[in-house]
Amino acid sequence: MSARDAILARIRSASRGPSANVEEVIRAHQCGPQPLAYGDLVQRFVERAQRLASTVEQVRSRHDVPRAVAHYLEHQNLNRAALCWPEFLDLDWFGARISVAAQRPEPEDEIGITGAFCAIAETGTLMLLSGHDTPAATSLLPETHIAVVARERIVATMEDAWALLRQAHGALPRAVNFISGPSRTADIEQTVTLGAHGPARVLIVLI
Amino acid sequence: MQVTALRFKRKAKQNLRNARLQSALSKIQVRFVQARADAIADLDDFEAVRQRATAIREGVLANLDAWLERFEQEATRRGAVVHWAETAADVNRIVIEIAQANQVKKAIKSKSMVSEECALNDALEAAGVQVVETDLGEYILQLAHEAPSHIVAPVLHKTKDEVSDLFAKKHDLPRKTGIAELCREARDILRPHFVSADMGISGGNFLIAETGSVLLVTNEGNGRMTTTLPRVHVAITGIEKVVPTLEDATTLVRILPRSATGQDITNYVSVLTGVKRADESDGPEQFHIILLDNGRSAMLGTELQSMLRCIRCGACMNHCPVYQSVGGHAYGWVYPGPMGSILTPLYAGLANTLPLPNASTLCGACAEVCPVSIPLPDLLRELRHRQSTQDLRPWRERLGLRVWMWLALRPLWFARATALASRVGHRLGGAKHRLRWLPGAGGWTHGRDLPAPAGKTFRALYRARKPR
Ligand code: SF4
Repeated sequence: MSARDAILARIRSASRGPSANVEEVIRAHQCGPQPLAYGDLVQRFVERAQRLASTVEQVRSRHDVPRAVAHYLEHQNLNRAALCWPEFLDLDWFGARISVAAQRPEPEDEIGITGAFCAIAETGTLMLLSGHDTPAATSLLPETHIAVVARERIVATMEDAWALLRQAHGALPRAVNFISGPSRTADIEQTVTLGAHGPARVLIVLI
Repeated sequence: MQVTALRFKRKAKQNLRNARLQSALSKIQVRFVQARADAIADLDDFEAVRQRATAIREGVLANLDAWLERFEQEATRRGAVVHWAETAADVNRIVIEIAQANQVKKAIKSKSMVSEECALNDALEAAGVQVVETDLGEYILQLAHEAPSHIVAPVLHKTKDEVSDLFAKKHDLPRKTGIAELCREARDILRPHFVSADMGISGGNFLIAETGSVLLVTNEGNGRMTTTLPRVHVAITGIEKVVPTLEDATTLVRILPRSATGQDITNYVSVLTGVKRADESDGPEQFHIILLDNGRSAMLGTELQSMLRCIRCGACMNHCPVYQSVGGHAYGWVYPGPMGSILTPLYAGLANTLPLPNASTLCGACAEVCPVSIPLPDLLRELRHRQSTQDLRPWRERLGLRVWMWLALRPLWFARATALASRVGHRLGGAKHRLRWLPGAGGWTHGRDLPAPAGKTFRALYRARKPR
């Protein structure tokens, strides 16, 4: 007997109780208790994102993004060459004296500009989907991650985010990454240090 | 990893005298206990979330076979390969086979307690594959050739200075003293490995049956690197980790980091499904998922089934007065604290782990904080019961219990014996009314005195009262 069959047979002989209809349970997508409704999603999102050590800049329109980014880079004393998801290549980066490229991320890249599928107010979290035009490494390898999100894309909870994803795409992409602030470690003496292996800084530009 | 639980007492004694370790352990109170309390208070209704989390885990266990099959079917459909392993040795064999089939020279790992359970690193190294741990804590342990002492914070037992010394020696770089500098150094040293590795090995916090996905929670970003950059990804996890839907996984994610480190959410929660698509620039070309049994299925349908709900948050050890005093290494295997005191005996056998179920005061703090309501003290008591019925306890204890049972079943003799004991105890207590030593319970009276009996039993006093 294969290991698979042996394990499953053992489980079957030990299980008590009626068998559940697996497909029915899945279709129900029952949600657990969720937080009470938030008065203002944007406010909650910003507050929580800041608590996680992300920086949040709010801008009027898409076209104001490069300026906000330039301001941040200047403030942080960072280089002005960035990787960028293709969806933002049309913006006037040149005018903000930032050079952007949409190539495959390499470990030396310092700044990665991405969008986000949506954002979650409960925890100040970004939800990114992997894909051809949305490589996961852009939000991972560079030391600075800049994410551009529209205010309308802020949902209350992760459950809402799943519902939105099912509506938009049906199936899951290879990787769904929920990002909540810069990477951190507390392994040495339980003291939190920002910038472990992932980005050390996260800027969220809210449109 | 070899089980050394029989040496619990000796190790505990040493650890109690180890000032460095005690200073490291003293951090638990603020960093974990207080942090958890704050994060729990931040939830509108922790108890409701906990009940739902418990129901989800229990529901899966009631039909574990069906959920595993559903998971396998969906994962396979998305291009992953699902392997089943009966034992730790099987896991190692499967990983080595995958490595050899893909000419893997170097593997990077993110933290996985199940791989610790298998001692996978040693097996891979023996097969000629270089393994690099990339979680900072696990990396430190790999350099120091030590075992983790906590399931969430593996180097809890080490101080910053010890890490400074270790890095200076192993990296051949000037000694750094700040924690941030040390982290930076590890980042710089590990980065090239991420890019050059052929294989990434991770654990899996949850398996999602609905989508065939593996869910990972991490803080450092190394988990994302491990599962994004190398061309082969192997995720190793226990068969009990499956949950039905994304919503269910969400409920558990709401409670896991809060219980573990007091975070609302970990920095990264990654839901990984299938392999890199043709048009994608990153992601693994192969995704192997290894499901390990290693004694888990044998717990189903027994008094210990609830232990399979465990989501490895570590709250039970953080809140355990014994763990807080003796640290994780005393428990002698991969899983320490209350949860380990149950899992290790089931893995290594009751006889090889005698001290563990007794290394608890049964104060109940663990059960109170467990996010999936595992009645840990009841399970410990069950293991004690098994030790006793299998005649694994020392003869003096067994004899004592036998005598007690004989008395307890005979009210008249019981009354006489307790009256005598009370009188003698009262005498021995002297003017201070304290017993400084009890025959056969030296360990108990070593650190404290027992109030002496009053000289008369309750029954005698009751009889002496005039009826109204
Ligand atoms: S037994 Fe409960 S508290 Fe302990 S690690 Fe498992 S889930 Fe957490």
